[in-house]
Amino acid sequence: MEFLDNIRLDVIWNYRELFIRGVGVTIALTVIGYTIGIILGLIFGIGKMSKRKIFYYPSKLYIDFFRGTPLLVQILLIHLAVIPTIFGKSLGFFVSGILALSLNCGAYTAEIIRAGIQSLDKGQMEAARSLGMPHGMAMKHIILPQALRRMVPPLGNELIALLKDSSLVTVIAANDILFAAKVVQGATFRPWEPYIFAAILYLCLTWVVTKIVAYVEKRYSTSYVPKKKRKLSHR
Amino acid sequence: MIKITGLKKSYGDLEVLKGIDYNVKEKEVICVIGASGSGKSTFLRCINLLEEITDGSIYIDGVKVNDPQTNINKLRTNVGMVFQQFNLFPHMTVLQNITIAPRQIKKTAEKEAERLAFELLEKVGLSDKAHNYPEQLSGGQMQRVAIARALAMKPKIMLFDEPTSALDPEMVKEVLDVMRELAEEGMTMIVVTHEMGFAREVADRVLFIDGGYLAEEGTPEEIFQAPKNERTKAFLGKVL
Repeated sequence: MEFLDNIRLDVIWNYRELFIRGVGVTIALTVIGYTIGIILGLIFGIGKMSKRKIFYYPSKLYIDFFRGTPLLVQILLIHLAVIPTIFGKSLGFFVSGILALSLNCGAYTAEIIRAGIQSLDKGQMEAARSLGMPHGMAMKHIILPQALRRMVPPLGNELIALLKDSSLVTVIAANDILFAAKVVQGATFRPWEPYIFAAILYLCLTWVVTKIVAYVEKRYSTSYVPKKKRKLSHR
Repeated sequence: MIKITGLKKSYGDLEVLKGIDYNVKEKEVICVIGASGSGKSTFLRCINLLEEITDGSIYIDGVKVNDPQTNINKLRTNVGMVFQQFNLFPHMTVLQNITIAPRQIKKTAEKEAERLAFELLEKVGLSDKAHNYPEQLSGGQMQRVAIARALAMKPKIMLFDEPTSALDPEMVKEVLDVMRELAEEGMTMIVVTHEMGFAREVADRVLFIDGGYLAEEGTPEEIFQAPKNERTKAFLGKVL
């Protein structure tokens, strides 16, 4: 195991600040991108279910474009073309990164939200409407509370995917985890330590997210009956 | 009370209802019978506009149902509906299922809505299930809750869409008993059903729908003992 003896942990240690900042940037990109993505997803997911063409077609166009093109292309397009054209200059990697990640995440989230709502039995909406509830009221009290539970697992997957995909912003020199690894490799000419360490950092982050998602999933398990009530009077 | 004229309903090229005329009087109990796919459920669902009406008109208490000017939500509060698949809201307790509509639509105070809910649960014999969730109930119990939920809006008309078809045989009676009681209290009811015994016993008028037409209508005696239409005879010969 000559290879293991040659590992130099000081390579990581000397550049620790770069990695710490990288973790911060990766978390910030993911959390902000995800939050905006969910808002976009709600808007366009509901838009795509609309019968009105002026809501349907823009939503469909948005979702098809951002799901049908590579995120890497979207990042470069936004950073090098869209933002400089609109603002006359670059607004920095962070703005471009957030914009690309949230638009991408929004397209996937829109489909998750649409599927969650449409997977409910249509009898639920009919029962609510037959009682005299307007469409919006039925959505709020009957459809969304049930649909949200079904969305928890796929939304959790989307968060993990986004966390990993955020590494693509390295191409626009965003100083995230992967960028730190690249810099260290360039400075030390040692590829193993920085990239393995970057992988470990991503692994730790996804592990934390997985645990959070599992907790939320468990809380909103398939049964609607609160746990303490489940044993009481069955049938 | 309900005036139906020239009612037609098509799904694309498929014409399900081909022109039905009928008037329902107040406090009448109407049972609608017919083979599967004859259009009887569609007929019922047109009355509270769960299905868009292709042609013809329906008036309830003089208000045209299929008029874009009509406030359909307001109209539906007067027309309760019970579904074959119950369609209870699974994320709510029995009590919440019954109180949600009065509280949200009529803005009834919580205490008042719950008082009414318990009154209705008493009526359907489920007072002890108020804090259970639908998944903890049997089919018959769920359907009785669904009836209570519809009654909570104090409707003038109740529509029943094959209310016992999804039930195990031993649970049919408990639901029919509730409906029978409702009929005796003078509720105007339209019931799509395969329960010929119930139709014979409770109905004021029986409608036989066949191939999208109202093939025959009359008192239960007329329909069950002396059907005139050949199609009615053939249908009753199969089911009785």
